[in-house]
Amino acid sequence: MGAKMANAIASVRARFSSWRRSTRPIDSRLAVALLFLPPALLLFTLFVALPMGEAAWYSFYNWNGYGTPETFIGLKNYALLVQNRAFRIALCNNLLIIAVSLAIQLPLALAMAILLADRIRGAVAFRMIFFLPYVLAEVAAGLIWRFVYDGDYGLLGKAAAALGFAAPYVLADRDLAMYAILIVVVWKYFGFHMMLYVAGLQQIDPNLYEAAHIDGATGRQILTRVTLPLLGPTIRLSAFFAVLGSIQLFDLIMPLTKGGPSDSTQTMVTYLYSYGVTRMRIGFGSAVGVILFVICVAFAFGYNRIRTRYD
Amino acid sequence: MTERARYDTAVTLSPVLRYAILLLVAGLVLVPLLAAALGGFKSLGDLRVNPFGLPAQWEWDNYWSIVAGPRYWQLLWNSLVIAVLTVVLTLVTCAMAAFVFAHVHFFGSTFLLRYLLLGLMFPAAAAILPLFIKIRDLGLLDTYWGVVLPQVAFGLGMSILLLRNFFRQIPGELLDAALIDGCGYIRFFRHVTLPLSRPIIATVGVIVFVHSWNSYLLPLVVLNRDSIYPWPLGIMAYQGEYSTDWQLVLAFVTLTIFPAIVMFVVAQKYLVAGLTAGAVKG
Repeated sequence: MGAKMANAIASVRARFSSWRRSTRPIDSRLAVALLFLPPALLLFTLFVALPMGEAAWYSFYNWNGYGTPETFIGLKNYALLVQNRAFRIALCNNLLIIAVSLAIQLPLALAMAILLADRIRGAVAFRMIFFLPYVLAEVAAGLIWRFVYDGDYGLLGKAAAALGFAAPYVLADRDLAMYAILIVVVWKYFGFHMMLYVAGLQQIDPNLYEAAHIDGATGRQILTRVTLPLLGPTIRLSAFFAVLGSIQLFDLIMPLTKGGPSDSTQTMVTYLYSYGVTRMRIGFGSAVGVILFVICVAFAFGYNRIRTRYD
Repeated sequence: MTERARYDTAVTLSPVLRYAILLLVAGLVLVPLLAAALGGFKSLGDLRVNPFGLPAQWEWDNYWSIVAGPRYWQLLWNSLVIAVLTVVLTLVTCAMAAFVFAHVHFFGSTFLLRYLLLGLMFPAAAAILPLFIKIRDLGLLDTYWGVVLPQVAFGLGMSILLLRNFFRQIPGELLDAALIDGCGYIRFFRHVTLPLSRPIIATVGVIVFVHSWNSYLLPLVVLNRDSIYPWPLGIMAYQGEYSTDWQLVLAFVTLTIFPAIVMFVVAQKYLVAGLTAGAVKG
């Protein structure tokens, strides 16, 4: 394949250079648009726009992926979804992840950013450490936490035993597994939000703090009257990323629970994977995809409206 | 007022308390990672009684058996090929498109940009089943390109946006002068825009690389043959086979984290710049 690619590249390059020499005079706006835009437009249309449109179309059919979709069933896939217990759990879990991200993860990230903002000794090292989990692949982080939570060999089991409790098997426990995942979510992503806040804090004019000090403002006043208002756009952006990431959570859950036990840790995407992809129910899975799409797009537009109003 | 106080964001904590909090959080972040890395050096029995501490006896064989075998390297190679192809194709297509959107205005150009930016709004998961059908019908299942092409397509929006915002800072007067002097758009792109844009090209390249290196869902759906698995699929398969041998799984995980950490240290500047690019603009 390497040789083939090299040949193709060479021939394209040859054609390109001769073309450039011969047609330089009409090297106009139209020519550059016609030459530069099609690759991106073609890829996007073929692999993003068309599949999304097809998802909407397939979602009205009962189809296993072979031949053409023929069994039109109208909105039945959507009706099935709304009644489905596992899908409702998935939706609730997504909401729970959003809530925890906003209420616990972001304040933690902001607190760490503020604690690190004063150019204290070791700030760079702490920043790197907090950012480290974000750099790891979700799959690797998930497997590490699967070990942490393991009742026989893991850290939690040993810690519980040391305190005199029986070793818990949290990931196998319907009532606890989701909370265990939420801890991993906070651990994995708070460093990313901290980085956003660090960048945002650096944009604030230090003279404001000096002025506030001279005027005798207390620490709490400076936080609520100077830092937080001026950090508004960054906080909104970070909340946007947190919600969008929470809606799409998948990679992290697969190595931990795969959505189990008995669907207690499903999210929309793990549900789509377990009930759509692995069972090749194209129509049903596409309906989940369409719901995911609608939620994401509605949220993006909502965020845009809020942003244009405040920023 | 001292220089130090100028940067004070009004935290009235004592330094001791401040460091105590920071060290506590840093500890909570690091303990699972360190325990996993150390766990790879233990025997299974040792791991069972002593998951936290240093190994009673350092079992280098756990790591060695993985590094000495072909499987680990095959997985890294597959991930590398997919990531490099994704980066190159993304940079080529997006730099060209971003150049047009930054400097060439024509009827419909705003509409086309908005169209491409739609991809920013929803994840590939939403279209994963039709995408699977499409890749199958194109005969690209179980090939590198079956992963690369959709990855590039879903990354287009972000990359074009970052590149266009940077390209736009190159003054229009410079382009006008070049055009009057008989230098065409394409020569301007090659000899002015691209050399001036090395930092943003590096940033986009690093982001796309890391994204591809870590990606899981798309390869999971497209690839079925384990000789072509990228490492996230490979490690899940490994865990499935050796699920009772935690020490081997931990050694394997640690070995896959290692390239990520090296990459992070090398490309840290670009990675952080890219991730926070949106934040500063608000």
